[in-house]
Amino acid sequence: MPVRMDKPWVPLNEESLATIASHLGVYQLANDAGEIVYIGVADARTLFGLKGELRKAIADPPGGATQFRVEVNMAYRTRHMELLQAYQHDYGALPVANTDIDPRILGRLRPAG
Amino acid sequence: MDMALSDEQRMIVDMVRRFVREEIVPLEDNLDPDADEVSPEKLAELVEKTKEMGLHGLDTPPEYGGPDINLVTRCLIAIECSQHRAGLYAPCYYAFGGARQAQLFEATDAQKDKYLHPMLRGEKRVFFALSEPSGGSDPGRAIQTRAVRDGDHWVINGTKLWISGADRADYGLLFARTGGPGRGGVTAFIVETEWEGFNVRRIVHTLRSAKYATEIQLEDLRVPHENILGEEGGGFAIANDRLSRQRVPYSAECLGVAIKAHEMAIEYAKIRETFGAPLAHRQGIQWMLVENEIDIRAAKLLVFDAAAKADRGEPYRTESAIAKLVASENSFKVVDRSMQIHGGLGVAKDLPLERWFREMRIRRVGEGPSEVQKHVIARDILNESLR
Repeated sequence: MPVRMDKPWVPLNEESLATIASHLGVYQLANDAGEIVYIGVADARTLFGLKGELRKAIADPPGGATQFRVEVNMAYRTRHMELLQAYQHDYGALPVANTDIDPRILGRLRPAG
Repeated sequence: MDMALSDEQRMIVDMVRRFVREEIVPLEDNLDPDADEVSPEKLAELVEKTKEMGLHGLDTPPEYGGPDINLVTRCLIAIECSQHRAGLYAPCYYAFGGARQAQLFEATDAQKDKYLHPMLRGEKRVFFALSEPSGGSDPGRAIQTRAVRDGDHWVINGTKLWISGADRADYGLLFARTGGPGRGGVTAFIVETEWEGFNVRRIVHTLRSAKYATEIQLEDLRVPHENILGEEGGGFAIANDRLSRQRVPYSAECLGVAIKAHEMAIEYAKIRETFGAPLAHRQGIQWMLVENEIDIRAAKLLVFDAAAKADRGEPYRTESAIAKLVASENSFKVVDRSMQIHGGLGVAKDLPLERWFREMRIRRVGEGPSEVQKHVIARDILNESLR
């Protein structure tokens, strides 16, 4: 599994959501330009996992998100941390809409590539 | 052997038990079932309480400000601290002081000023990098990371795997080969994570959600000669000392989770009815509970036997290996049976059992797999005859 998620983006709308199940995992949201604006996690407290979190994002898109991609992953917490840290390494800051993350909890990852 | 607790031990156990039940368990109602930390503010609040209890920095010697407790008492505390959902790998969310590198107590005065004291004050975080892709149980032979002398520095190249906390640490201990093959060729270095050439490449995702491991790549990492801990070629003894020392409270933590899982199974067996009678009336369930009880009692005796021997200053390597082997294997079985008694609820994230099951599985591998413990025990009883 690559450190950075590299799946193709899917339009953030109800039609796309039909293909998403209520699994736990991580997801990324991007704007029209494909720039990541939010890295999220559907953890075990969510009612409908990834589907539920994306439905919320459709209703109120963080950072003006228009696209998404998901990764079903039972190690959702560590994977979420990894994606956040990789992004921070690449861009020097967290995605614009990740105001829910306290940067003090993040480590310093220096992924290859 | 007198297993009765002293008045002081009883008081400490009561105090820690109350802390876990009143301060820690309620926190978990609002956390993800796999959470392994609380906010820095909440942690600071909890730390204040453990300091008031006089129990902060459990693994810190009294001369450095730690509590003056022996290993038996340390194990009693470990049993209590692990009795919550995150308790196996994040006992009380580190309110009693996180993992510390005891080896730094053996550092030079200059090293202590720079590295030990900031760690003890909680200002700096540390890591311990021994294992490599080539193995971790036999570091004397497995270590391939190479350090080459270059004037006043050493240049280190290699890969470390399964290293907890390296991405969030400020510095740590890193073992590299400075000499030939075997134990005498390994040296311990204190390295800073901001130095050029120190790269945490990825998180290693496992069954465990707490204290995730990382992979480190060392690319021409330059380490000053004065950052050797101990003597050149003396790294194996430093690493080995840590492994033996850790095994006893590590085993006690397994026991704490087993005790809690067993308590839950007993309670559930009394209230859950099937086919017109409580589960507790079924012989099949009763025998599972009996096996739990025996597994816990047997492991407890062995853990405290090892701790008591260490406290008396007697050799305890064999005893700690036996304690680790039996406590991790028995506790895994206890959690498994307790899940079985709970049925579907046992595997759901609504209860802590499924997390304990995953994490207890790792305990049979971590700090030396069961087979390595048997190897240690066999070597001792064959070379030194049965004691």
